[in-house]
Amino acid sequence: MTGGLFIYNHKGEVLISRVYRDDIGRNAVDAFQVNVIHARQQVRSPVTNIARTSFFHIKRSNIWLAAVTKQNVNAAMVFEFLYKMCDVMAAYFGKISEENIKNNFVFIYELLDEILDFGYPQNSETGVLKTFITQQGIKSQHQTKEEQSQITSQVTGQIGWRREGIKYGRNELFLDVLESVNLLMSPQGQVLSAHVSGRVVMKSYLSGMPECKFGMNDKIIIEKQGKGTADEASKSRKQSIAVDDCTFHQCVRLSKFDSERSISFIPPDGEFELMRSRTTKDIILPFRVIPLVREVGCTKLEVKVVIKSNFKPSLLAQKIEVRIPTPLNTSGVQVICMKGKAKYNASENAMVWKIKRMAGMKESQISAETELLPTNDKKKWARPPISMNFEGPFASSCLKVRYLKVFGPKLNYSDHDVIKWVRYIGRSGIYATCC
Amino acid sequence: MCACVAAPFAVTTTSVPRTGSLPVLPETTTEAAALRTRKSVKIKAPFCYFLGKSKEAEIKRINKELANIRSKFKGDKALDGYSKKKYVCKLLFIFLLGHDIDFGHMEAVNLLSSNRYTEKQIGYLFISVLVNSNSELIRLINNAIKNDLASRNPTFMGLALHCVASVGSREMAEAFAGEIPRVLVAGDTMDSVKQSAALCLLRLYRTSSDLVPMGDWTSRVVHLLNDQHLGVVTAATSLITTLAQKNPEEFKTSVSLAVSRLSRIVTSASTDLQDYTYYFVPAPWLSVKLLRLLQCYPPPEDPAVRGRLTECLETILNKAQEPPKSKKVQHSNAKNAVLFEAISLIIHHDSEPNLLVRACNQLGQFLQHRETNLRYLALESMCTLASSEFSHEAVKTHIETVINALKTERDVSVRQRAVDLLYAMCDRSNAPQIVAEMLSYLETADYSIREEIVLKVAILAEKYAVDYTWYVDTILNLIRIAGDYVSEEVWYRVIQIVVNRDDVQGYAAKTVFEALQAPACHENLVKVGGYILGEFGNLIAGDPRSSPLIQFNLLHSKFHLCSVPTRALLLSTYIKFVNLFPEVKPTIQDVLRSDSQLRNADVELQQRAVEYLRLSTVASTDILATVLEEMPPFPERESSILAKLKKKKGPSTVTDLEDAKRERSVDVNGGPEPAPASTSAMSTPSPSADLLGLGAAPPAPAGPPPSSGSGGLLVDVFSDSASAVAPLAPGSEDNFARFVCKNNGVLFENQLLQIGLKSEFRQNLGRMFIFYGNKTSTQFLNFTPTLICSDDLQPHLNLQTKPVDPTVEGGAQVQQVVNIECVSDFTEAPVLSIQFRYGGTFQNVSVQLPITLNKFFQPTEMASQDFFQRWKQLSNPQQEVQNIFKAKHPMDTEVTKAKIIGFGSALLEEVDPNPANFVGAGIIHTKTTQIGCLLRLEPNLQAQMYRLTLRTSKEAVSQRLCELLSAQF
Repeated sequence: MTGGLFIYNHKGEVLISRVYRDDIGRNAVDAFQVNVIHARQQVRSPVTNIARTSFFHIKRSNIWLAAVTKQNVNAAMVFEFLYKMCDVMAAYFGKISEENIKNNFVFIYELLDEILDFGYPQNSETGVLKTFITQQGIKSQHQTKEEQSQITSQVTGQIGWRREGIKYGRNELFLDVLESVNLLMSPQGQVLSAHVSGRVVMKSYLSGMPECKFGMNDKIIIEKQGKGTADEASKSRKQSIAVDDCTFHQCVRLSKFDSERSISFIPPDGEFELMRSRTTKDIILPFRVIPLVREVGCTKLEVKVVIKSNFKPSLLAQKIEVRIPTPLNTSGVQVICMKGKAKYNASENAMVWKIKRMAGMKESQISAETELLPTNDKKKWARPPISMNFEGPFASSCLKVRYLKVFGPKLNYSDHDVIKWVRYIGRSGIYATCC
Repeated sequence: MCACVAAPFAVTTTSVPRTGSLPVLPETTTEAAALRTRKSVKIKAPFCYFLGKSKEAEIKRINKELANIRSKFKGDKALDGYSKKKYVCKLLFIFLLGHDIDFGHMEAVNLLSSNRYTEKQIGYLFISVLVNSNSELIRLINNAIKNDLASRNPTFMGLALHCVASVGSREMAEAFAGEIPRVLVAGDTMDSVKQSAALCLLRLYRTSSDLVPMGDWTSRVVHLLNDQHLGVVTAATSLITTLAQKNPEEFKTSVSLAVSRLSRIVTSASTDLQDYTYYFVPAPWLSVKLLRLLQCYPPPEDPAVRGRLTECLETILNKAQEPPKSKKVQHSNAKNAVLFEAISLIIHHDSEPNLLVRACNQLGQFLQHRETNLRYLALESMCTLASSEFSHEAVKTHIETVINALKTERDVSVRQRAVDLLYAMCDRSNAPQIVAEMLSYLETADYSIREEIVLKVAILAEKYAVDYTWYVDTILNLIRIAGDYVSEEVWYRVIQIVVNRDDVQGYAAKTVFEALQAPACHENLVKVGGYILGEFGNLIAGDPRSSPLIQFNLLHSKFHLCSVPTRALLLSTYIKFVNLFPEVKPTIQDVLRSDSQLRNADVELQQRAVEYLRLSTVASTDILATVLEEMPPFPERESSILAKLKKKKGPSTVTDLEDAKRERSVDVNGGPEPAPASTSAMSTPSPSADLLGLGAAPPAPAGPPPSSGSGGLLVDVFSDSASAVAPLAPGSEDNFARFVCKNNGVLFENQLLQIGLKSEFRQNLGRMFIFYGNKTSTQFLNFTPTLICSDDLQPHLNLQTKPVDPTVEGGAQVQQVVNIECVSDFTEAPVLSIQFRYGGTFQNVSVQLPITLNKFFQPTEMASQDFFQRWKQLSNPQQEVQNIFKAKHPMDTEVTKAKIIGFGSALLEEVDPNPANFVGAGIIHTKTTQIGCLLRLEPNLQAQMYRLTLRTSKEAVSQRLCELLSAQF
């Protein structure tokens, strides 16, 4: 029930303004501009209420997208729609930038007409949209009647996200398990909070209307299947994980998931996000940071930080970066590290230690001496936590893809003919250790 | 709007024309100084360049720069003065961008001791922006400032003074308030330093006036007005004006100096003053300031000075007539600024009819000027002129122009001023014209000022009504034109007046009846109509065109269109009709019986319908007639409309005007009136004042009808207005009498001031706490209460008190303690005389302080035998005073007992053979003697009389006590 949608550039100039309902006046455009964009960082909430009108905004690089409504809408839905809108635009013309939006501005209006109707979100599946909203406007004239009717039946049909009659010479399937690890640890090594947010992204190049079934080591699924032999069940339980919550792409049959805990679906063509999940239990922390901070008098600070990698020695983590904050009255820093490079970055008030590559079960150390300037400010330095960034080929939540089967009654290929690729990528989210 | 119109003058008067090479202390040093710094110190281009690109980039760049500065300030290597200055300056810049700076203070303090001007300047700048008062460095800073003040280098002294002024904290005032006056009056101080010192002292005085010591320097400061250097004079005038507002006595000598200075400026040729001539106007700022200074004082008494001042003012007025020497707007602005200030001085003095009339004519010319600002200011000044008796007539000659301004003016704020002026200039002679013009303007007036105009029209119509039919017509017109803006008070007032005036009732009923026949009429009109027809419909019922049934049908046709309160009022009208016209009773009963009334969703309406229906069926005609009798006249009280207008406008404009009018009338009466100088006494000269309810008319017996009948309910309808308006404090004589028998309470109250008392007495000593409450939102200046004992009273009564703070903030209360000693018996009461400045005018209030002889009473208990024994001892005819008088208050035994005890004497029970009589005894303590005192009060209930007998050992005492006590019953 969005009343309208506006797109602004970073200066607050309106690039796109599409109003779906009469209760949104012209002045709503200016109200958002004046009260939110020009307030320069003052407004931090994504939802703003101005004169009984609600504005939901997201920001992509320098572009503001704002959905407006006077009704009591489901805010989560509006944001989901805005993100989807960004995805769709990115799929059509790449990066969302002011220039791209200006160049495609007729097209964006066309898109907005299609994906929102009287404020109600419609089909926002990129693959499908691409069949009838094209950037080359002339093409539609060449479409035959059958093609048009086909599009109509597909869009209005049960499986709106995939059209029929797709054919590939090579049936391929890519599965990426992307995870980001978030951690807050006490100086003594106690985990204060930790969770992994994971995404399963799939790229499918399959002919026809295949029916897929995805299996992972979810505790409940395994218990359900492993009822047969108790021995097997106990063995598999060790490897199974407890997923806190998960959300699926619309193609997944939720009824089946509810009844059988099986994830079965007809995938859209191309890339899509199959599921999102969050785990908080039994997380393997890939790195351990051990800080040691000592204040010598009030003019000197000694810092020693050890990092230990905690994964299979055969794996290599990359792009490791440790950020050690320095007090605000630092007047000079000397750093010594065994591995990688470290320097004092005055503009961020931190020492940054970079290591290109690091194998599992290793450890490395840095020690620094900071000189401080006496100040007349009595308040103590708050000691912000040491944060860390990394990337590596492991899944911290221990999620494993057990199988991905492809069936189909009318397919001229079988499960074995499909080439499947699976890859795990673990990244750091907010990975911090107090010191 | 008002502020921005006046702005050109206000702004220019505060800045000083700069002539010397030295910077002059501006009022807001920080910003100006910051601008100067950016020019004088080069900040590396890339540093500024990064700032402002985006918030994040700015923070990064600043963090980097701060780290760099920290490493420079680390202290292992000594920095040279230039780099120290550079980095301190950068820190200051970063601070001004809104980032916290927590180091570098020490370096800045070091800069203070440098000998280079630029370094010292940056040091002072940093200190005045960044160092807060509780810093530990304040001692070092103060030391550096002291050194600079003593340095004799005018540049350094100037910098130090600027720093003191821009910090301007209490600590600074504590440290330097003694020093700066010395610098100011020292003979060898340079002119530019004197100038800075004067402004610096002004600043310190404004922030913490208590810390600036008054001393012998004050007299020498006054002589700065004679200084050669006009810059010094300008600065000194600002200082003296502020000082003189608080201590007018000490700076009295400045008047003659200011006058002579002013006359020298005014008479000088435009080229004489060279640097201080601004667009051919000689020293306009100084002239304005001198004129302001003169406004702190009454007209000079010395005829020579007075003549010279008059001459000056005449010259200024003459100059306004001369053709402009330049077409530039600055020229006319400067000239007019001086002129307007001169006019306000003339108005302030209010003593030279000739000048007042000339000023008025000058303003009259401005009324048609092209400049909107000038028209606005002219109207505003005329408003004050209109309240002066000398120029009132002169102002009235411009009525056509003002009315024209109302019609043609484009600027709404000017139109509003025109309305104010019309209101101010209105009197009996031109009231019909002005009211008519206001009414016609009302149709097109801006919505924002409509309500105010409505109130003004209502007040004027009432105040100057010669003929009440005119009044009724005007108000009905008002309701017709701007019904939505007619507040409750206005129509309450109409009804009060109609009810109270027999001669107008018939006409009112007829007019209202006619007005109601319009197809669409405003709800307020229905209310007025309903009420008036309910009361006086019988007066027009004889005419077949307005027979009772027609009246009823007319009212009832509006019934369904009205809101609930109006419907309730109409229901009461119906039941009144039942009484007035028995022939329509069945019709009305039918209406009341209908479901829409009897089962109305609104409880109030339902209750009225049920009760009225029942009343009309059950009660006999006699009862009905008693219950639904015509409303008794309303007690006179302050016009509720006036109160509303005052509330709306705040205390500034209207009250001033009213007060000014009143004050004038006191002046006309001539001479200081004795004690009861309350408002009620002042308003008597105006014959119309009674209408406003100011007169202390005896309260009419407001006997409400006994049942819950219509009368009572109608009273309810009006009780809102009554409670909204506090009854005006009665004359202080009344209050004085009340205090004879009690010690605490409110002694005096008017719109501005409330005086409360709390007192206690023991033997011959007493202590009285006087509380002065400022009821307005603006402060009173020069607030000086003085206790005056007449020569007769002086030897008998000792009063001791301390002076109170001369400023009373808006809404604040100050307390004064008076210690009282009774030396011997006395008859008169001391007078408390209060003078203060409120807004622009002096206010004067005198009240009798209720210190009476009976306060020193000590009760003595004695038996019947003793009493009569002593009674007989005091049988000498001189010792006895007897008074037989009629009771003013109802004769209630308990009240009488309480009064006698409150009077101070003991009440002796079962002494007198007649139990109805009251007997009391006590001793009056004075320092010299003690006087025994016996009293006897015999009430006579049949004749409503009292006989009071007093026997004391001293004749005068008996006499006085008898007077005091007999006034109580």
